Amino acid sequence: MSKSSESKSAVSRRSALKTLGLGAGAAAALPLWARYSSAETAAPIRIGFQKHATGIGAAYGRWYDRTSQAAVRLINEAGGINGRMVELVTEDDGTDPKRGAEVIEKFATQSNCDVAFGTLFSHVVVGSAPRAGELKLPYFVVSEGHHVASGMLNRYTVQPGITDVKSQVQAMAPFVSQNLGKKVTMIFPDYAFGHDHRDFFTAAIEAQGGEVVGLIPIPPTETSFTKYFPKIPRETEVIYHVMVGPGVLTFVKELGEFFGPSRPEIFGFIDSLEAVDLASPGLEFLEGTYFWEGNPRYAQPDQTEYDKHFRAAIGIDENGASINDSKDVSTYAHMFGCWETLYVIKAGMEAAGYAGPQDRAKLIEAVEAITTMPHSNEHPQGAKVFNGKTHQVFGPQYISKVVDGKLMVVHTASIEDGMYPDEVDYTTQAL
Amino acid sequence: MDFGPYLMLATLEGAVLAAVLALMASGLSLVFGVMRVVNVAHGEFYMLGAVLAWWVTSMVGGGPAVAFVAALIVVPVIVGALAAAADMTVLKRLEYDPERTIVATIGLLYILQQVTLMTYGADARPVVPPFNTRLALPWLEWSDGGLHMFWPWGLSTTTYKLFVIVAGIVILSAVWAMMRHSRIGLLMRATQLDSEMAQAFGIPVERVYALVFGIGAGLAALAGVLIVPIQQAHYLMGGDALLLSFIVVIIGGLGSLAGTIVAALLIGLSDGIISVFFSPTLAKIIATLLVAFVLVFRPQGLFGTRDR
Repeated sequence: MSKSSESKSAVSRRSALKTLGLGAGAAAALPLWARYSSAETAAPIRIGFQKHATGIGAAYGRWYDRTSQAAVRLINEAGGINGRMVELVTEDDGTDPKRGAEVIEKFATQSNCDVAFGTLFSHVVVGSAPRAGELKLPYFVVSEGHHVASGMLNRYTVQPGITDVKSQVQAMAPFVSQNLGKKVTMIFPDYAFGHDHRDFFTAAIEAQGGEVVGLIPIPPTETSFTKYFPKIPRETEVIYHVMVGPGVLTFVKELGEFFGPSRPEIFGFIDSLEAVDLASPGLEFLEGTYFWEGNPRYAQPDQTEYDKHFRAAIGIDENGASINDSKDVSTYAHMFGCWETLYVIKAGMEAAGYAGPQDRAKLIEAVEAITTMPHSNEHPQGAKVFNGKTHQVFGPQYISKVVDGKLMVVHTASIEDGMYPDEVDYTTQAL
Repeated sequence: MDFGPYLMLATLEGAVLAAVLALMASGLSLVFGVMRVVNVAHGEFYMLGAVLAWWVTSMVGGGPAVAFVAALIVVPVIVGALAAAADMTVLKRLEYDPERTIVATIGLLYILQQVTLMTYGADARPVVPPFNTRLALPWLEWSDGGLHMFWPWGLSTTTYKLFVIVAGIVILSAVWAMMRHSRIGLLMRATQLDSEMAQAFGIPVERVYALVFGIGAGLAALAGVLIVPIQQAHYLMGGDALLLSFIVVIIGGLGSLAGTIVAALLIGLSDGIISVFFSPTLAKIIATLLVAFVLVFRPQGLFGTRDR
């Protein structure tokens, strides 16, 4: 008796729950369905941001994130893209190529992103781009690697916001050979990015009548560097260094300790000290040495309005550090690339009348059609020339000298200094 | 660079690595010797030492020297206490079962690493060395019928690197003296020989285990504090260090302090010298090959004794 009454009450409880559930489901579904009727214009454009939040690229990831968030905020304040708001969908790739490809896949298949964006480390780009090509997901990289313009990747991978290593070293070589010396020893990280430096600088300095007398590759995860330096040949006139990863400060410090007072000329890529305070102890020897900078970290006497706007939007002081924490130094020479790339995505989507994933091919064609970008708030680093065939942008480069512990620009290489003949025509590939 | 000065530089660099490695590996070896626990989280205690050293030095004022001394004293104690707590709450409950403790310490590894990532962040941060003067080193050359001293290009070290070598020797001597000549050392050795018998004789074996696990982690943390002014504190730095200490401990013989020190010298110096003359990759290959040979031909290690 009691048993039957129990089961009866259980049934009624279950049915009550069912009804409730149905109601809740309907309530949840209704606004979705209502929104769907006016879909295409109201839903935000989703940009998948492949962020180096952890792993050896973490410092870059943090600043790429801040720069991208600032640019997206400004784009949205100005009305978004084609009347739609822009939303960054951030995923950590661990600065790892395998994880990078998975992140691309997630953007395309799970999180409904319109495009993917923001990768720096070249091994991650090389690992991710093939998947983006297969999924026909436009992939905007901010990587500096020559792999885009070399033809190694595919039609869906574009680099419209930052110059590549080949262009950079070609623009630097005349300055190095004319002002610093002809016999160069190169110290570089032992992976795709460093190999680009090795190959292109060797060719560029030979074209200037100089020569590379020593090559010292260092694994990017290395933590101790003094043991590499005895390989620097005695005849070296100029040290050319470019290093990445968590050990960069140790690298530069140990370079100083190795040479002591009798150092040769030193020319470095600021990558060796990105996100590192130049006032760190042990870096005093850098006084009087030279650096390539993608964008001058310290506000120069002739600072443009565009640069002021860029710094203010992200929250960076005149020394290139966060306005909240002067020890939190930015990756200033690279991160403008994220900002400019986002504005290229905006320009491309507007030109293509982009409405949704079905227009991805149109977006690629619209970006390929871009030729010049004026020096502006959208392109604060300088005017650019975009090559639609090689998917690579060209821009000015800066050489700075360390004076009183600050980087002061001493030479600006023009866009033309960094130009080289096309190696690929991506527009002939199928979309 | 000439061969002589080159070799001297490589030896100096190798000696710094050997000192740090010997400290770390002796902790690992001590824990295995007494407790028969293979502590996979040992590299993370080293990392914690470096990260906490950054934290302490940035909290304490009064110049880099004072801050560094504070870190040198406080950090190993914190890490040691943490490890002892982990021993009492986790390892003890597993009854020190060899397989399950390996899994447990792997878990500990990830917890420590990810908590560091969540709190300290993914950046590499520097600690200012208490003193760091560059010392150019002279070299002797036979020329014009007599010995002449000259200063080869690049042949130098820093006072701090020399300090690390000396500190390594001092700390290891202290550990050795503690094991040989103190009461607590006697208890540890008794537990190592036969823990059941030791317990029967009234030795508080569980407390000895917690202490040993704490001291082992403290030694790793000390190595971390010593290295952080040369390198920088980073949440992934424990991985390579763990691998190298395992190599050292396997070659030297698990549980043998003397073997550990000899193996650390062997690996540290050969890594320094081989990477200077050939390549760092070759140095790692040779070290790993050496481990394979030791495991095949002398599984108990160069100085180890066979298990009873």
